[in-house]
This record gives sequence, C-alpha cells and structure tokens, in this order.
Amino acid sequence: MRVAIAEDLFLLRDGLSRMLEAHGFSVTAAVDNGDDLLAAVAADRPDIAIVDVRLPPTFTDEGLRAAIAARKLVPGLPVLVLSQYVEQLYARELLAGRSGGVGYLLKDRVFDSAQFTDAVRRVAAGGTAMDPEVIARLLARNSGDGTLAALSPREREVLTLMAEGRSNAAIAQRMVITERAVAKHTASIFIKLDLQPSDDDNRRVLAVLAYLGT
Amino acid sequence: MTALRVRSVAALRCAALAALALAGLLLLAVAVLVLAGPLGGISYATGDHHANTQLVLAGSLAGPALLGPPVLLAVLTGMRQLSNVNRVLAGEWLGRPTADPYRPRPAGIGLYRRLGLAITDPATWRDLAWIITSGTAGLLLLLVAVVPFAVGLFSLLRIFTGLPGLLAWDGPLTQYVATAAVIAIALGVAPAVLRWYGFAAHAMLSPSGTAVLTRRIQHLAQTRAETLDTSAAEIRRIERDLHDGAQARLVAMGMALDAAGQLIDEKPDAARALLIEARDNSAKALKELRELVRGIHPPVLADRGLTEAIKALALDTPLRIHVTSELPAGRPPAPVESAAYFAVSELLANVSKHAQAAQTWIDLRYDDNLLKMTVTDDGRGGASPAEGTGLAGLERRLAAFDGVVAISSPPGGPTVVNLEIPCELR
Repeated sequence: MRVAIAEDLFLLRDGLSRMLEAHGFSVTAAVDNGDDLLAAVAADRPDIAIVDVRLPPTFTDEGLRAAIAARKLVPGLPVLVLSQYVEQLYARELLAGRSGGVGYLLKDRVFDSAQFTDAVRRVAAGGTAMDPEVIARLLARNSGDGTLAALSPREREVLTLMAEGRSNAAIAQRMVITERAVAKHTASIFIKLDLQPSDDDNRRVLAVLAYLGT
Repeated sequence: MTALRVRSVAALRCAALAALALAGLLLLAVAVLVLAGPLGGISYATGDHHANTQLVLAGSLAGPALLGPPVLLAVLTGMRQLSNVNRVLAGEWLGRPTADPYRPRPAGIGLYRRLGLAITDPATWRDLAWIITSGTAGLLLLLVAVVPFAVGLFSLLRIFTGLPGLLAWDGPLTQYVATAAVIAIALGVAPAVLRWYGFAAHAMLSPSGTAVLTRRIQHLAQTRAETLDTSAAEIRRIERDLHDGAQARLVAMGMALDAAGQLIDEKPDAARALLIEARDNSAKALKELRELVRGIHPPVLADRGLTEAIKALALDTPLRIHVTSELPAGRPPAPVESAAYFAVSELLANVSKHAQAAQTWIDLRYDDNLLKMTVTDDGRGGASPAEGTGLAGLERRLAAFDGVVAISSPPGGPTVVNLEIPCELR
C-alpha cells in the first residue's frame, strides 16, 4: 500500500515513515507542507495521504485545508488527518462529503502501531477512522437526546465503536463477543435510532456519524 | 403638524429649563444668606450695642457655625441634584449625553469629610459657575422663547374665556393677529434657543479634562492591579498542573524505561510490562498537556478566530446552542479575542451548571468599534454577580479591556448577558 505523508516536524515525519515501512507500507512522499503534498498526490497517486493539521506557513489548519484540497484534486483520495488535538468542528468538515475514506486521529494513536496501521488500511479501503475522543464528545453532546438514553450499555458501546469506524468483525473482537451478537446489537440500535439498516459497514458508520450530528 | 408639535414641545422645555435656572438662583440665594449671616451679625453688633459687642458677635458666629455646615452641605447636595437634572435633560432633550463629573464619594464618612470632599471637588465649582451662568445669561436666552410663548398663551386664554387679562390689544382682529404673531415668534425661536442652551449646559456640566483623566487613571490602576493578580494566579496554576501532571509522568517514564533496559535480557516479560507502562504514561502526559493548552489558548481560536472557536465551543458543550455571527472579516487583537472567548466559555459553563436551560443562543457582532456578544438562555434566571457565579470575576477581567458586562436575569428567566469590548479589527 502506497502512502504520502505531510508532517512538518522531522522527528515525527521520520518516525511515521519508518513505522509504516516496518508494517509493509511504501512511503511515496514525505513532505513538510501542504503545497508539496498536493504536488506529490498529483504525481504519485498514493492509496492514502496522512496529513498533520498544523503545517507551515501559517501553522493553523493548513493541513486540514490541504487534505480537503487533495480530495478535490484527486476525487475519492483517502486522507487520514493527524493532530495534537481533535475538534468536532474539523471532524464535521472532513465528513462533509459523506463519502468515506476519511480519518481523523490524535497523534497519540501512533503509539499503538497495530491499531494505527489498522486505521490507515481501513481509511485507504474507503472506510472511516474517527478518534475515540471525537466520538466521546459527540456522544456527550447528544447525551440530552432521549433516543440515545434508550440504548442499553452494550448497545452504547457498540455504537461508540461503530462511530469510530470499526467493522462488525473488529467490534466483535474488541468486545469479546460473536459477530452475530454484534449484528443483533447493530440492528437494535438502528431501529431505536430510526436509521435505514444497511449491510455495508462503511455506509452504516456514516449513517451513525450523521445521526450524531457531525 | 409634527413640526408644530416639536416646536411647541421645545418651547415648553425652554420654560421648564427656565424654572430650573430660577431654582438654581434660589438655592444660591439660600447659600449666600447662610454664609452671610455671621457678617450681618458683626455689622449689627458693632453699629448699635457697644456694650454687648463681644456677646452678640460670639452668638451670631456660633449660630451659623453650628447651622452652617449642614445647611451648606444640603445646598451643595441640592446643587448637585439640580446639575444632574440638567445633565439628564441635556441628554434626553438635547441629544448631548453628559457624564457625571464628580469624584467618587466613599460611603459612611462624617459630615465634615463629606463637606470637605464636596468643596475640594472641582466639579462643585463648575456646578456653581453653571448655576450663575444659567441663572443670568442662560435665563435671558430662555426668556427669548418663554416670554412670547407665555404672552401668546395668556392672550389665547383671554380670547377663549373672555376674561379681562394683563394683555389687551385693540379690537378682535388686532388681538388675533398679535396672538398669532407672538406664538409664531416663540415657536420660531424655541428650537434654536434650546440648542444653544444645550451647548452651554454640555460644555459647562461635562467632566473637565483633568477629571476625565483622573478617573481614567484610577480605572487603569485598578484594572492593572487586578489583571496582574489574575495572570499571576493563572501562571501558578499552570506551573502546578505541569509539575503534578506531565512532568511527573515524564519522570515515571524515564524510570520505567531505565528499569526496562536493565531487565530486558534477564526478564523480557517484566521489561515489556514496563515499556507498556511507559507508553501509557506518555499518552496520559499528552492528554494532560492538551487539556492545559486548551485552557491557555484554544487551538481553534488560534487556527480560525473567534466565530469558529465559539462554534467549536458550542459543539463541545452539552447544551442546545445556536450561534449567529455577523463579525466582519478582520480579527480583534489576540488578547481581546482570547478574553472574549473565555468570557463566553465561562457563561456557557454557568448556563450548564445553574440555568437548567433548554436552549442557548450566542450572538456575535461588531459595530461602533465594539465587539458585542450576547449569550441568552431560556433557563430559570436569577443570575447575579453578587451570587459568586463567576460573573463578578468576568466583569473584572473584561474591565482590563474597558469591556463591560450587562446582565438581565429576572427570576424565571430568560437570562441575557451582553458583553461589549471596544477594539479595532485587523
């Protein structure tokens, strides 16, 4: 799998490249600003771009804008945005296209390389990877909602993991239950939230995120 | 018709102001009599009753000396009230709002201190100058409009009632024409007279340049001291958070890594456990640093400015919040932006904690060089700075930017908090 990286701090850029290569990815470009990312994406057509939110020259949300621009330049290009902090506002902007192939994670998540590379693969395959902190805050914001309160604790846990972008198989593994049990919980959640059921993991994730108001 | 009404109102206002000017003169006369009392006593005593000179002198001085201060203070207070009425009227009737120029008066001080403060306040002497001017030149000016108006009204009264009055013109026709003429003169000059009077009142009753500067310096000294206190406390908090949080975790990480290095050959399982512990500690340290940074300067505020930062804040607050913003393109200076953000953040925290509101509205706009923010909730109301809900602290912190807070929170709600901070957009 081919990856382009935009990260301005040398230590992190280098560490990320090495970690990805150790897990069998090939890094086509490792750049330190948004313009170079766009050029690299246009030239190499990588399977996914991993972008830091803060990039020169403004060190504000340059990376986020570069990621959105890259998706315009190469429609459907999966992007995974990394940041020192996560904001629901930015998650909402990334998910605005409702098309998947989007990830938004805290930089801390690279500490767990297995989980992180899993997220990279998921996003590259057109899935979603939302940071647990984003999801926790989304759920907190919706806590006044009577419908969410009607979910059982287990269903809530499934909803959280689903909103993070995980497949039924991954949820089953994580919760140490069978995939059938997950499917049952999922069906029940969709009925309670009055959402259109779907067999497609990715469509389901997007529906849940839309319900939570991203 | 409207013009006629406006002019009639102006004439009536001239009359009211003339009455006030007369009241001022009267007050002055009382003051003069009270103060002149001893002098009169002296001349009387020395003139006729040689034998009793000493006694009468003592008596005539003692009376006013005992009576004088309270009466004088009453006169000075009356002068202030009168001047304040004039100030209010200058604002209401003449569109020239005039600020209160007096030095602050501490509560609970004795008669003589109060008298001393009143006499040494330059604004008192300006009041005196105003009363003299308004009672002489001012009164003459007003009479230009008031006299023909009064004459005209009297004459009208005579025409309608048939009573014999002060003014009798020959023949009915002459009478009608003359009445119309004097009223026309009165209505013609009244607005101009009122305007000139307003100019004079505003010029003489406004705080003097020195008074304005004195007050400004007092305000700055006070807000500067409070700002320094607040930021010192803030720095202490940050230091403590770093010391107990991220720093402690880094120390623990270093120790765990060192121990793992020593164990790695002999007890690889124990070493792995230590490494995992170190990783978890680094994640926790990062989380704590993130929280700390959010409290110092929220990233979205740095990235996107006030509107977006408040939208992000609204998303993170478990309340139903509607944000509307009409801020133009530029950004306020960073300290103002930050103060504005934290003020709204604090108000939202108050709403979540106390208001039991179903909905909250935040409105941001900028006009007349003022950043205006309104936070409204449909909760139970009854919020007041006196209740220690942080509203007093909010007022103090915004005061450092000459910002003001206005709270309307009747019991039962709704609560509306208006914040205004003067600033330039860049």
